[in-house]
Amino acid sequence: VARVLLFGRLHDIAGWRERVFDPAPASLSALRALLASEDPALGEALRAKGVQAAIDKVIVRGDAPIRAGAEVAFLAPMSGG
Amino acid sequence: VIRLQSESFEPGGLLTAFCAGRSETGAVVSFTGLARGGQGDVHRLELEAYPGFTEAEIGRIAEAAQVRFALHDLMIVHRIGEIAPGEAIVFVATAATHRRAAFEAANHLMDYLKSRAPFWKKEHGADGARWIEPTAQDLVDAARWDG
Repeated sequence: VARVLLFGRLHDIAGWRERVFDPAPASLSALRALLASEDPALGEALRAKGVQAAIDKVIVRGDAPIRAGAEVAFLAPMSGG
Repeated sequence: VIRLQSESFEPGGLLTAFCAGRSETGAVVSFTGLARGGQGDVHRLELEAYPGFTEAEIGRIAEAAQVRFALHDLMIVHRIGEIAPGEAIVFVATAATHRRAAFEAANHLMDYLKSRAPFWKKEHGADGARWIEPTAQDLVDAARWDG
């Protein structure tokens, strides 16, 4: 299994904040493809400039494998203060 | 000290506590950011964080700032959850031997918090809700500390 979390405007677009995928998709690119096939609007939002991905709370650039039990987060552009 | 909290805070009290018991610190600089009401257009802000990740990322930047500006100490308090106009949303304090380092470090930390720290800010107003994303100026402000 893999837990997938969406932050910022991504969860408004998708209509969910957290989902469990069982089995875990093999890689970040496989997960992106799966999400895009289910929900093209979310797929597009995930590809937008400034959107980052993290696996087990570490930012990942490009593709990466997803191991069983991983937590994958997609992060919309950040803004604090 | 790095703290995320949903409760409101009083910046004066934080500054008093931060200054207490220092005999070698020559300069303390503090910054308080308040939630703006936008002339009545903004009813409330909603601040989202990624528990665990947000604190760790801020901690990493705070450690780097501590070394870069030779700080004696620093404090970052950031609200999460619902924030009403006029309430403090962020408090940053830095302590150093001399004022320049303390000013620069506070400036640097705020530029970072504005556009690179893992927070997501939603404005709820008369016209509904919208996500606030960093402005071009925020990105330029943060980039001037790179390299």
